[in-house]
Amino acid sequence: MGDQGQALSAAPNAATEIRFDNVSKQFDRGEESRPAVSDVSLTIEPGELVVLIGPSGCGKTTLLKLINRLYDPTGGVIYIDGTPSQQLAGPELRRHMGYVIQQGGLFPHYSVADNVAVVPGLLGWDKARTRTRVDELLDLVGLPPAEYRNRYPSQLSGGQQQRVGIARAIAASPGTLLMDEPFGALDAITRGRLQEELRELHDQLGQTVVFVTHDIDEAALLADRIAVMREGKVVQYDTPANVIMRPADRFVAELVGADDLLRRLSLVSVAVAMTALAPGDSVDGNEPTVDLPMRVRPVLSMLLESGAPRVIVRDGGAPVGYLDLAAIQAVSVPQIGEVGPS
Amino acid sequence: MDLLAETWAYVSENGERFQHAVLVHLGLSFGALAIAMLIFIPLGVLASMGGKLTASIVGAVAAVRVIPSLAVILLLLPVFGLGWRPALIALTLLAGPPLVINTDIGLRGVDAATLEAATGLGLTDAQRFWRVKAPLALPVIVTGVRSAAVEVIGSATLAAFVGAGGLGEFITSGITLLDERMLLAGAIAVIALALLTEWSLARLEVRLTPPGTAQA
Repeated sequence: MGDQGQALSAAPNAATEIRFDNVSKQFDRGEESRPAVSDVSLTIEPGELVVLIGPSGCGKTTLLKLINRLYDPTGGVIYIDGTPSQQLAGPELRRHMGYVIQQGGLFPHYSVADNVAVVPGLLGWDKARTRTRVDELLDLVGLPPAEYRNRYPSQLSGGQQQRVGIARAIAASPGTLLMDEPFGALDAITRGRLQEELRELHDQLGQTVVFVTHDIDEAALLADRIAVMREGKVVQYDTPANVIMRPADRFVAELVGADDLLRRLSLVSVAVAMTALAPGDSVDGNEPTVDLPMRVRPVLSMLLESGAPRVIVRDGGAPVGYLDLAAIQAVSVPQIGEVGPS
Repeated sequence: MDLLAETWAYVSENGERFQHAVLVHLGLSFGALAIAMLIFIPLGVLASMGGKLTASIVGAVAAVRVIPSLAVILLLLPVFGLGWRPALIALTLLAGPPLVINTDIGLRGVDAATLEAATGLGLTDAQRFWRVKAPLALPVIVTGVRSAAVEVIGSATLAAFVGAGGLGEFITSGITLLDERMLLAGAIAVIALALLTEWSLARLEVRLTPPGTAQA
């Protein structure tokens, strides 16, 4: 998003490590008291972008809200950089964790600039520093400050509101960014653009991101690791490639479309499927090429249309590997249940 | 037209008495409104917090609303005697329902996502109330103040029944003496005061509506 070379007025805080240790959350709802989160243990490494995915009611949002103490666990411990979250005051903890929700949740009576400045204000930054930071962030999320600083949320499109929501969440350079279906209410084009930009932003800023969605395409695009949830439990926690190609069970297989070959290929990254170029393997300038990041499915179309035996894969302009039909076939058949839930 | 001219002549002749009645009327009304705001807006805040409290507060308010204001004034007579005290108390009670109900509705009408975001960003409960909830609920609360004010100004006419003075004196005397000029002088003045108050508070409401939230 925007210029990348500039110095940031807020030094990024170190990315946070989040560890769930046998965490459960049960809501007090009388008779029907199935736990929303049930005995979850997993570690989110500093700087990782982890996507929590599953059908509605699977506990993914509850798991997210346990991280910043919007909910407190009824069992187990959540460690934030090694400190049990219960030892941290909720509001203070939350000021150091960005939070973005689906409906935006911008303050309607605050201008765009004032919305972005909420957390710096809570942290007691001085005016000059806050103002510099606000402009820098609006640039970063692609909203020219001169044009947008003084607008109100009601004067923005849904996509623009989510951009402000993201700028607001990362204003004080938190070590963690929590996102609860942030792009769920946007049209497909805007969603795609914001997904790309979030990925870039994450590469640039490097904080830990926990992202909730029910959209496997979104998960496969964004995640370093995906935690698949069902009925309060994490049934698989692995890289997108492994979740797609080696789903832990029937449920995960269905989620990633195991029965639909083309759909699965549209989730698999070329980087995973390709064969690395051997040293000395010469690339003919006439061979078809694609640039990372790219999914396998469009490459399959290219192969079939061009009739070429292989497509060269480039990363940053330099050829790094190739993809042929054999390699595509190798990633076409899911191996269900070969990897247990981790 | 003649009657109106005669009424005006009557007011001019009794200028001092009329002026005094207007002041008493306004004093009673706005005194009652101010006291009511101090009591009932916090009560509305309490009601908005939900649970059993909401049901009991709103229930009590609804019950009070059913009792006619004249009855309230007369019921207070044995305790407080004649004069401004029973009138002030009755008017204060009368102003309660719209204040409680609008405060409650205004606060509970604030968008849940906005509040979730506020908590999620690290605002404490107090910060969330003063910075987000209260400003966004303010226009609805002011609407409540508006209805309360108009209701109180109208009902302050009844203060004359317990000897508290005000413009009601002209109306009651006018009826007793069959003097239409006297009656009209009181009635028109009350209507004018009510309209003026309504208009001013409506303008205040627009001014207090946070920028960015005004409905197009």
